[in-house]
Amino acid sequence: MSAHADTHAHDDHGHHHKETFVTKYIFSQDHKMIAKQYLITGTIMGVIGVLMSMMFRMQIAWPEEPNVLFEALLGKWAPDGVMDADIYLALVTIHGTIMVFFVLTAGLSGTFSNLLIPLQIGARDMASGFLNMISYWLFFLSSIIMVISLFVEAGPAAAGWTIYPPLSALPMAQGGSGMGMTLWLVSMAIFIASSLLGSLNYIVTVLNLRTKGMSMTRLPLTIWAFFITAVIGVVSFPVLLSAALLLIMDRSFGTSFFLSDIFIQGEVLHYQGGSPVLFEHLFWFLGHPEVYIVILPAMGLVSEIMASNSRKPIFGYRAMIASILAIAFLSTIVWGHHMFISGMNPFLGSVFTFTTLLIAIPSAVKAFNWITTLWKGNLQMNPAMLFSIGFVSTFITGGLTGIILGDSALDINVHDTYFVVAHFHLVMGISALYGMFAGIYHWYPKMFGRMLNKNLGYIHFWVTAVCAYGVFFPMHFIGMAGLPRRYYTNSNFPLFDDLANVNVIITIFALVGGVVQIVYLYNFFMSIFYGKKATQNPWSATTLEWTTPVEHIHGNWPGEIPHVYRWAYDYSKPGHDTDFVPQTVPLKEGEEELQH
Amino acid sequence: MSTTVVNTGTEGKTWGGANQPLKASYGKMMMWFFIVSDALTFSGFLAAYGFSRFKFIDSWPIADEVFTHVPFLHGQELPMIYVAFMTFVLIMSSVTMVLAVDAGHHLNKAKVTLYMFLTIIGGLIFVGSQAWEWATFIKGDYGAVQTKGGNILQFVDTDGHRVALRDFVTAGPKARTEHERKSGLWFVSEGTLPTYTVEEVVAGLESHDNVLVRTQIINEHGEKTVLSRGESLKVLKDNGKLVVEGANLQVNEYGSPLFADFFFFITGFHGFHVFSGVVINIIIFFNVVLGTYERRKSYEMVEKVGLYWHFVDLVWVFVFTFFYLV
Repeated sequence: MSAHADTHAHDDHGHHHKETFVTKYIFSQDHKMIAKQYLITGTIMGVIGVLMSMMFRMQIAWPEEPNVLFEALLGKWAPDGVMDADIYLALVTIHGTIMVFFVLTAGLSGTFSNLLIPLQIGARDMASGFLNMISYWLFFLSSIIMVISLFVEAGPAAAGWTIYPPLSALPMAQGGSGMGMTLWLVSMAIFIASSLLGSLNYIVTVLNLRTKGMSMTRLPLTIWAFFITAVIGVVSFPVLLSAALLLIMDRSFGTSFFLSDIFIQGEVLHYQGGSPVLFEHLFWFLGHPEVYIVILPAMGLVSEIMASNSRKPIFGYRAMIASILAIAFLSTIVWGHHMFISGMNPFLGSVFTFTTLLIAIPSAVKAFNWITTLWKGNLQMNPAMLFSIGFVSTFITGGLTGIILGDSALDINVHDTYFVVAHFHLVMGISALYGMFAGIYHWYPKMFGRMLNKNLGYIHFWVTAVCAYGVFFPMHFIGMAGLPRRYYTNSNFPLFDDLANVNVIITIFALVGGVVQIVYLYNFFMSIFYGKKATQNPWSATTLEWTTPVEHIHGNWPGEIPHVYRWAYDYSKPGHDTDFVPQTVPLKEGEEELQH
Repeated sequence: MSTTVVNTGTEGKTWGGANQPLKASYGKMMMWFFIVSDALTFSGFLAAYGFSRFKFIDSWPIADEVFTHVPFLHGQELPMIYVAFMTFVLIMSSVTMVLAVDAGHHLNKAKVTLYMFLTIIGGLIFVGSQAWEWATFIKGDYGAVQTKGGNILQFVDTDGHRVALRDFVTAGPKARTEHERKSGLWFVSEGTLPTYTVEEVVAGLESHDNVLVRTQIINEHGEKTVLSRGESLKVLKDNGKLVVEGANLQVNEYGSPLFADFFFFITGFHGFHVFSGVVINIIIFFNVVLGTYERRKSYEMVEKVGLYWHFVDLVWVFVFTFFYLV
């Protein structure tokens, strides 16, 4: 059975299948609808994750003070409005899990890979629409289970998003180690299955379903980023699955993979011979590539948006591809830098330091290429562009502290302090979020056929940008002062008394930054119905998705799929009347294709 | 769009779009990438196994002493014979799978049917053998004593031959009976009580001069260390905690419990793959018999399950190597 037979089968779809509500909006196999499903599920999970962070930030700023919000949202976990220590740990854990996996992996990659891969490579749909649908519904199921785990009697998982044993392996270790942890593991196992199905689809679609003329070096960088992200996912998530399965065996069947010599309340447990460090190795073999799974799609989106809004070709197209490949490769051999204080041989530590610092090279290539793309460009400062520039800014700021943390000798001093929290929130959290916002502002017209309100977008960007730095800049300093992460309260340590005011400032920025997202949500949901109607190609972009009708149809193009004659970045090319030349326009007589 | 034919500039190029650059349908490629992913899951397990085994490099059980049983040949020590048979059967099932795929290329329905059937039989023999191997391992043979520190003490005679507990220990009246459902409405379930108590083993050892204790520490000759008569009695009296017969996820009469943990988990996970492979093969087999692929003029589905089946075989080669051979 060939893929082409399938694409032809799709040609007929628009004509005779009458779609019901269920097949169109719920169990849809259309990639554009699935993208929207991912986005909205991710948004809801994001709201939950951000609310959690606002709550635990309030606890850190005003430790053990009664708060109406806690009383309203946490119920029995906040007796008299004072947050319980156990739920603090659970909030931190679930915030991390939700943001990393459900928002920035599935929400970001799931949304834009699904939306853009078929549209930008010129395909009728994903290779397998059915698997694509299954992938989304598994993600939905895992989201539901993760949310249900918040309501477990003994509390949700509270061992940190990295779920190190023994806290995660012994059901009696703490409240959240029981049912909450079990549901966490079930949810993640389903999530991994969903991610695998999604990734398989993205990979084979990019390989097999490109339209005529769409060679690999004519692909927009978005597609390259999604493609490589999917490959990293296929390589690294299964190892997390191994770790999770072994952990389930330890929890439920009494094996000793990660446990040894444990006493609980004077009683010796039978576990013997295992090692929690083994779990750390398995976990971080996923865990490190995971940050690239999060950041690469954002990089792809930003590259595309920057070129389009600078009205200039992306600078160093091939260097961009090469650095994506280099980052993907290096991401799998650096996991040890999360474990410098786990008793690792210092020699091994220096090896991991070396490989980690190597990543600075492709990262810097990308950062400089974005800056040089902006250089002397005809900058269109719309919200998508602002978020893209914001992305480059936070990526560089967070990346610089990465050099400090990647070096074992320096890392040991700030390990598990707020310095680390500040680093990864800037470099992957905020950056990826900016990438996602940029993508939403840019491709909203493609998703919903309407425009987002620009002025609300400006407010959203500027307040968010100020608050993000307001939160994470000071966090570096309290980290360097030694404040450990994940502590419920620091009031018992006079050493940290001077930092209390800084924490209050951080929390105020976090609250404002969180609340201003309401502007975005309002804009997002109102514009679906009342936004300005989108034109065919609102950003005057070159890529294929802007040649499809504004109103979605099954199969994307009403007639034949257009052929591609040039790369994706012919902006301001001399000898043309417009400052952009779509990929579907054949080369003129004597015109040379740009050799990037 | 213009109707004139214009060159895209990628005509004839492998990666020029609108073709299959790797000459494989998307379904087949999905299977390949799934295999990559599954291979990494197994790699995770095998790496974890290596990590743990290396930690106990000086006391890891010797596989030749563990897997010595062959069905119908009781009481004989035939190390690796049965697992060699299992491996042979599984590899032969891969051969028949290749023949089925090849027959599919020639659209020869009768041959595909025959070879798919043989493949299924091979898979079933393997899974059945694995069940028998598990049962034997769980039952154990000689019995041993676990010390307070979690080490295993086994028993040998003066010639170095293994001695089973039943050969020198007499079971006295049990201190208490095992809780069972029939003995009460309320009970806490517990594992099977050992046949002997440590005291009975000590008494047995005292009354048999030719029995010695063997520890799990491997000496420079690659053999487990045998203690002298005096040391044997002392170590058993001082440290003996629990009589262990057979292996399960918590104790293991052959040595480190991790050996049993990994054995059960990894061969179990592989066995689960073989089992699901057999189920998928059966589904495909019926499709072949019903002529689904005959009508489709393509036996590619047979090829796809073939890929999976070969992968499962390949994984077994690694599992076999790391658990039985090295």
